[in-house]
Amino acid sequence: LGLATLAPPARAETLEPNSWEEITSYNNFYEFGTDKSDPAKYAGAMTTEPWSVQIDGLVDRPGDYDFKDILSEMTIEERIYRFRCVEAWSMVVPWNGFEFADLLSLAGVQDGAKYVAFETLYRPDEMPGTRFPVLDWPYREGLRLDEAMHPLTLIATGIYGKPIPNQNGAPLRLVVPWKYGFKSIKSIVRITLTDTQPPTSWNMAIPREYGFYSNVNPNVDHPRWSQASERVIGGGLFSKRVPTLMFNGYENEVASLYDGMDLAKYY
Amino acid sequence: MEWMNAQLRRIPMWLVYVAGMLPAPVLVYLGATGGLGIEPIEALEHELGKLALQLVVAVLAISPLRRLTGLNLMRFRRAIGLLAFFYVCCHLLVWLVLDVQKPAQIWADIVKRPYVTVGMAGFLLMLPLAVTSNNWSLRKLGPRWRLLHRLTYLAAVLGAVHYVMQAKGFQLEPLIYLWIILGLLLLRLPGSRRKAVA
Repeated sequence: LGLATLAPPARAETLEPNSWEEITSYNNFYEFGTDKSDPAKYAGAMTTEPWSVQIDGLVDRPGDYDFKDILSEMTIEERIYRFRCVEAWSMVVPWNGFEFADLLSLAGVQDGAKYVAFETLYRPDEMPGTRFPVLDWPYREGLRLDEAMHPLTLIATGIYGKPIPNQNGAPLRLVVPWKYGFKSIKSIVRITLTDTQPPTSWNMAIPREYGFYSNVNPNVDHPRWSQASERVIGGGLFSKRVPTLMFNGYENEVASLYDGMDLAKYY
Repeated sequence: MEWMNAQLRRIPMWLVYVAGMLPAPVLVYLGATGGLGIEPIEALEHELGKLALQLVVAVLAISPLRRLTGLNLMRFRRAIGLLAFFYVCCHLLVWLVLDVQKPAQIWADIVKRPYVTVGMAGFLLMLPLAVTSNNWSLRKLGPRWRLLHRLTYLAAVLGAVHYVMQAKGFQLEPLIYLWIILGLLLLRLPGSRRKAVA
């Protein structure tokens, strides 16, 4: 399932993954501080064992799902994806994980469900960044159900074949490669199926700047900066900007999800 | 304090300029050799901007410090002001050449992005201040020099607002700079002056 709709191998091969060092030391994870180096410095304090994910709302089998039990049900595969931050920088990450749709079928999605809401762990004594209300904690994200079920939508549990480091969202995080990075919520503790569009953290904080959809779109600027180009991490002091691709290069796979929608309005 | 002030008078001015400019080449070297982390362009840009703001705070602190503590740093005020301008220029240059890169984009950013507009306005206000920071201008302009150099207050506020506006989410550090600068300006109000004397 799904592999046929992925990027053709020829295009996937042209993606040169960033180094482990780059991927794991330049992060946004505001629960540990707003500096890019803060997550690598402080996320080690986060306890990730034991870990369970509460799956509730419009599902047939609600409950606490132990992370180890989830893993035993899933087949882990490697997905090399572009990762485009809303701040106009990008990386290529070789994730290991499983399709989010497989986790949803574990819980059984009910007919009335239209959206999926996610929540990150909120544990102030292990998260120094939460002492200041940069955002309204816990961090929340959401997807439309068809976006969530799309074969590109991944739950990542590893990078380069190693368990995912805490600063990258251990032990499990979402990866939605055609959306800005902040949609790919880290260290998930709760997944709720709903019939209404769930509130999402950045949209709650500054709705004018961060929409619910937040699809990568070079034609719709962030109010404070252009989204037409991006800086590829790893190029050093004289790194040249490169043009940003529509849906981050996944246009063939996902554009049909938004047929007839005005993407300037639903940014 | 007298002893301190006497020692301070012995510091040669050229040393202040050289020591003050030294962080710029050091930061560029660090940026080119991995010392500023994985993404050196943004790091260099931010470090230079923050240095400029710190020097602006220092300039504004000199006269209240003398009034409240007797510490006399007036001799260094021109040098610190010019160094602040130097770092604003470096910050601007990194933004133009290393960050934005496309000349067409630069003008669009200045016009369309309020935080860039505010920063650029602060830079433009500093231009006449830097140009007239010499004895000749001081003599030539007479009492108008003092009036002109009150632009420092506005430029300082614009600099801090520029920093606050570019932050993502509700962040403390830029606000601290703004509060300190506003506090230093409040100390200059006629009311606070009288209280300090009394």
